[in-house]
Amino acid sequence: MRYLSMGGRWLFGLSLLALSGVGSLHAQAPDDTSFLSTLGELREATYSDKATIVERLGKTGHPSTQAVLTAFLEDRLYFRNADQKVFLTKTAEGDPLNLIDPISLKDAGSSPADALTKIGSNNGLRSTLRATVAHFALASPDPAVRLAAVREMSKALNEPAIATLRERLQVETNAGVKKEMATALALAALDGSDSAARVAAVETLKQSVSQDVRNRLALLLDKNSDGSFAEKDDNVRKAAASAVGTIDSWRSFYSGIQTLFFGLSLGSVLVLIAIGLAITFGVMGVINMAHGELMMLGAYTTYVVQMVMPGHIGISVLVAVPAAFIVAGLTGVLMERTIIRFLYGRPLETLLATFGVSLILQQAVRSIFSANNRSVITPEWMSGSLQVNDALAITYNRLYIVIFALFVFALILLVLKRTRLGLDIRAVSQNRSMAKAMGIRTEWVDAMTFGLGSGIAGVAGVALSQLTNVGPNLGQSYIIDSFMVVVFGGVGNLWGSLIGGMSMGAVNELLEPYVGAVLAKILVLVALILFIQRRPRGLFPQTGRAADDK
Amino acid sequence: MSGEKQEPGLWKRTTLVARGTTGQFDQGARWFLIVLATVAIAVPILNQAVPASSPLHLSAFGITLLGKYMCYGMLALAVDLIWGYCGILSLGHAAFFSLGGYAMGMYLMRQIGRRGVYGDPILPDFMVFLNYKALPWFWHGFNHFALAAVMVVVASALLAWVFGWFAFRSRVTGVYFSIITQALTYALMLAFFRNDMGFGGNNGFTDFKDILGFDLHSDLTHVVLLVATTIALAASYLACRAIVESRAGRVVLAIRDAESRARFLGYPVETFKLWLFVFSGIIAGIAGALYVPQIGIINPSEFAPINSIEVVIWVAVGGRGTLYGAIVGAILVNYAKTYFTGAFPEIWLYALGALFVLVTLFLPRGIIGLVQSRGREK
Repeated sequence: MRYLSMGGRWLFGLSLLALSGVGSLHAQAPDDTSFLSTLGELREATYSDKATIVERLGKTGHPSTQAVLTAFLEDRLYFRNADQKVFLTKTAEGDPLNLIDPISLKDAGSSPADALTKIGSNNGLRSTLRATVAHFALASPDPAVRLAAVREMSKALNEPAIATLRERLQVETNAGVKKEMATALALAALDGSDSAARVAAVETLKQSVSQDVRNRLALLLDKNSDGSFAEKDDNVRKAAASAVGTIDSWRSFYSGIQTLFFGLSLGSVLVLIAIGLAITFGVMGVINMAHGELMMLGAYTTYVVQMVMPGHIGISVLVAVPAAFIVAGLTGVLMERTIIRFLYGRPLETLLATFGVSLILQQAVRSIFSANNRSVITPEWMSGSLQVNDALAITYNRLYIVIFALFVFALILLVLKRTRLGLDIRAVSQNRSMAKAMGIRTEWVDAMTFGLGSGIAGVAGVALSQLTNVGPNLGQSYIIDSFMVVVFGGVGNLWGSLIGGMSMGAVNELLEPYVGAVLAKILVLVALILFIQRRPRGLFPQTGRAADDK
Repeated sequence: MSGEKQEPGLWKRTTLVARGTTGQFDQGARWFLIVLATVAIAVPILNQAVPASSPLHLSAFGITLLGKYMCYGMLALAVDLIWGYCGILSLGHAAFFSLGGYAMGMYLMRQIGRRGVYGDPILPDFMVFLNYKALPWFWHGFNHFALAAVMVVVASALLAWVFGWFAFRSRVTGVYFSIITQALTYALMLAFFRNDMGFGGNNGFTDFKDILGFDLHSDLTHVVLLVATTIALAASYLACRAIVESRAGRVVLAIRDAESRARFLGYPVETFKLWLFVFSGIIAGIAGALYVPQIGIINPSEFAPINSIEVVIWVAVGGRGTLYGAIVGAILVNYAKTYFTGAFPEIWLYALGALFVLVTLFLPRGIIGLVQSRGREK
């Protein structure tokens, strides 16, 4: 009931505010005049008077109050000696200073610094200012601004700030902001003297996962130099101990999730590479040692596309995906037509020939782009990170790569299972001569399959270019891992590549904090060699008659 | 793997060659041994007796180069033994080569003693640099040449045995085996790059002073090492030849051509494969041990997968399944590499890449095969 009535009052207040805003459009002069005259009082007032003036300004509801008070807080409030008019400045210091009109908030020319006098503030005044400014921010319609305001306030809590927070907590609707407010209030309550309230505060803080909260609670458990506890209250200490434990376990849970996510994003790159390999290696029985270099071609394509359209970095990545598919795919078809088709049925020879191609491609890239690494710019919409909570942040580029890998995977699955080309590919891979007898142009299917596998390698290169620098050795550094994925998952099985890639990426990242990057890699390789003992044909072995010939 | 059976013609032809020469040397093998003997006799004369001003004089650089080629020849021989005769394509043979090299390198490091930069009587320079307090346990005894020599064989044999046992027992064959061997050498490379491994991290071992008391900077020591390498090469060639021409060698050929059939006939296929693999690993290890004192450095990049793959192309160029062909291929390709990387460094990778492609497409039996078919046409 009480909450409802509070909410009602808030709504009422809001509409009043809106009304007064509308009103000010029609009758600006009186409102502006009183605001300006109150502002003018600041010139002569003592610090304690200034505080009351600030509070009065806060209550005027004038649209530029927040900007003016913020400027005051940041020492950017001046008055001109000549006509005693108050101005905001763009910077706190400088000569000449650029002026801003306090009513319209528009540029009002500039003035030499010695023609202006700064309206000073002191610590006590600044805390009043901060609370008032935060009050404004807390009323902002944007939850992110409100959240930032609460965070800002909880860094330096004092009486007015606590009062403001209490007041706003009642009317806050966003759960995240509400939680942050409760945390801030609980942090303040910890400093109180009422034992029950402090225990309750600790209980509230238990739900936070922030490092600051954890450290604050851990302070309660500290011992003095003589061995006695710094915190005298047993109940509070007990509650704090349990809260620290809870927070720690949540934090390690979230950091585990974060590591897992890192692993999955690394795994998605492996999956992207391994899908292409699974097609050429699994479906066609061809070991393509140049797969990594086709990927490198894709990455360089991204780089070239960015060079061609420097003004549109955001779109360039999207353009690069089909471009890389075409470049790498055509290279693949060319390889198939000129070299690989003469070597079908001789996997070891294919391996050597494609390795030769990989050397040529590497050197070609070195000749064209030089041996130095090129960096591909990450578009704006892919940078930054998604802050889930204080302990868990997910970077957008990795998130998009995971989604992209899954998308490509689904697409390939669709192509193989639902299109004519897919049907042909599967038929040829199961029984070449029978497929030929049924009228399938096996030569054409071979070329298309190889082109498809190579094209996906190019697409993987685009994804990779967002994670690392693009250089001639890009292909080599991932190719062994991706072969492992194919062997682990089972040759020619797309689902095997997906699960194999994701789990290898995850295991790699999960091991890394404990044993270091290099040893993690070695352990994964050794584990894989042992795994092959148990299941020589991978997680999802091919079964049936076709498998016997392989 | 694409449903078609492996083309049998290639194997049949080489099988005929091998069978037709049982018990006696064919012409190529005879020429090969004569050339080796000539090298062993001529090199000391050309370097020591011929004055430096004469155009016939062989420089110290030339000797080192020849020694390097001989070691590579041994490595190629080891690969040909298993690839050409048993159909096992190892893409990780540089691992055995490097292990042998590291074992020899440990001996050479211990020989430096007080002459190191830090002058520590026991600890090699890199250990002082990395703040080691005492010698790690596996370094003990490496000041004796005999132990180092034994370890060259034991280390490479052990790696080959453990790895082969795991791989062959679970019937990992064909391209699977190739990829796993590649992963093996890659993992070892990463491991040896680590400083905590106790093998000098990415700098490896270098700055050797002497071997068995002989100065490694003198020409004479290098001449002796080269002659020793030539003898080792000839000996391992003869040993491989003896193996492939023995009754066991026939079984190995049978395994190469029809593994399941050999198994159904009752031959323990895995055992044959395993011991052949171990023997091949040992030859590669000895080659590495001879390589290090002549080149003067060993570091983890020797483990790099590309090195192992290059060995395979030497064998393919020379002609696999002929043993001496592999050695000829190793020497020719490496000569070309020395020439190209000196004269046109840009072109070398193009040339090597093209070599891979062209040899597999047009010269499936390598140079020796080409020469032999020419000879038969006459």
